[in-house]
Amino acid sequence: MNAIRVRGLKKAYKGHQAVAGVDFDVARGEVFAVLGPNGAGKTTTVEVLEAYRDRDAGEVSVLGTDPARADRVWRSRLGIVPQSATDAANLTVTEAVRHYAGYYADPRDPDEVIDLVGLAEKAKSRAGTLSGGQRRRLDVALGIIGRPELVFLDEPTTGFDPEARRRFWDLVRSLAAEGTTILLTTHYLDEAEALADRVAVLAGGRVVAEGAPRTLGGRAHADATVRWLGEGGYREIRTPEPTKVIAELSRHGELAELVVTRPSLEDVYLELIA
Amino acid sequence: MTTAAALPGTLSLGLSRGATELREFFRQKENLIFTVSLPAVLMLLLGTVYVREPAAAQMFAAGMIGAGIISTSFVGLGMSVVADREDGTLKRLRGTPMPFTSYFIGKIVLVFVSSLFEAVLLMAVAVLRFDVELPSGAGRWLTFAWVFTLGVVSCSLIGVALSSIAKSTRNAAGVLNLPYIVLQFLSGVFIMQSVLPESLRTVGSFFPLKWVCQGFRSVFAPDDGYAVMEAAGSWELGRIALVLGAWTIAGLLLVGRTFRWTSTSR
Repeated sequence: MNAIRVRGLKKAYKGHQAVAGVDFDVARGEVFAVLGPNGAGKTTTVEVLEAYRDRDAGEVSVLGTDPARADRVWRSRLGIVPQSATDAANLTVTEAVRHYAGYYADPRDPDEVIDLVGLAEKAKSRAGTLSGGQRRRLDVALGIIGRPELVFLDEPTTGFDPEARRRFWDLVRSLAAEGTTILLTTHYLDEAEALADRVAVLAGGRVVAEGAPRTLGGRAHADATVRWLGEGGYREIRTPEPTKVIAELSRHGELAELVVTRPSLEDVYLELIA
Repeated sequence: MTTAAALPGTLSLGLSRGATELREFFRQKENLIFTVSLPAVLMLLLGTVYVREPAAAQMFAAGMIGAGIISTSFVGLGMSVVADREDGTLKRLRGTPMPFTSYFIGKIVLVFVSSLFEAVLLMAVAVLRFDVELPSGAGRWLTFAWVFTLGVVSCSLIGVALSSIAKSTRNAAGVLNLPYIVLQFLSGVFIMQSVLPESLRTVGSFFPLKWVCQGFRSVFAPDDGYAVMEAAGSWELGRIALVLGAWTIAGLLLVGRTFRWTSTSR
């Protein structure tokens, strides 16, 4: 059974169609990324799945239950990591994690979770004094303390420095390795490429492409570009068979600054949402 | 596999929330200064200017205690719910298996303890500075207890209901403080109700503050003869219970209809 199944999801606000018929599935244990520009309907879609919002139309099943009929037991199986919370500012990291552990039937060990998210050194600090990256790690700790089967991460690394992002990615990978299903929304294509098994690109309230990051938008089959520094400057050849082209060219000697590129996820993405 | 029976109970979660709420509340200096101490400071200032005789001090202290618990419940709780909506507390809680009722139990614990702190501080100022005598006899303390409880509960509920109108904490300060300050003048806190024009007195009589203050005056009055100074010429304890009870029910209904988990939902 899929962790998430969405068919024909629609939601409008005051005449503006935010989500205009979205379909996708997320398998259990999968890391699934939802990409799209601001206003594409990402947040609305995810909030319907999290039971934060009503929908106008469509079928939605999350862990086998329609979020419109959410109950406590169902909520205890989800972990939701919000994007911009500043709550619990006057509690220490340990106090906050212990308090939230108390909401669940079988929580993880609070100290282990604090360690897992890399906040052991900050365990006695007030949440309000944490840096942006540390704060988001606390949000993850609170999101996973209940041993969720499915975790929602909403633009989790916005505003992170590169090192903090890498460490955050490792944390997400370790959750995925434990078998947790993860639905991630992000603006960062490298993040989707690094973490996601599959991605869906939303634009104008619809899914415009879906697949593994490697194959999205026909990326794997697109022509490669072979580029090198020739006698009169840089030379380029677009070809479906770069190996053959290079073999041909290299018979005349070393090719200076040789590179072979395929369209990046960003190239494909920008084309999709244009 | 998780089962419903294994999830912690609503009451125990509510008490756990109450403990956490109190911990957060008392760590915020502005709460200690503004919510808990302000009525005592006002009592000290206004009392020094206006109170000329012991009986006046008794009645003034009673009114200030009334005003003070409305400040912690109506204004304080309303603000704290708006802050919970603004900083993501409510949204996060919505995503956990915590029942809605537990959140409210936590808030009630918070309001009761902070109101009690505020009232004790005020009574200490009244006793030490103005030689106010604390009520004597179980009967008066019983009245104190039920007026305190009904006053706190009804005003908490109205505060939470009004908080749904406010979009932000900055906004909420106005939405909640304006009626509170106006009602203090109409309800006999700063000015005796008997000197107000009939029309203003009638307006004040619709709201809980007048009845809470009147209840506390009945507790702190040197003797029951002072009831003649009330607008109705008696303490009207039955009517106090009735009005505060009605506001409690109205507040419950309003909260049920207007409560929002986030500032954007629905």
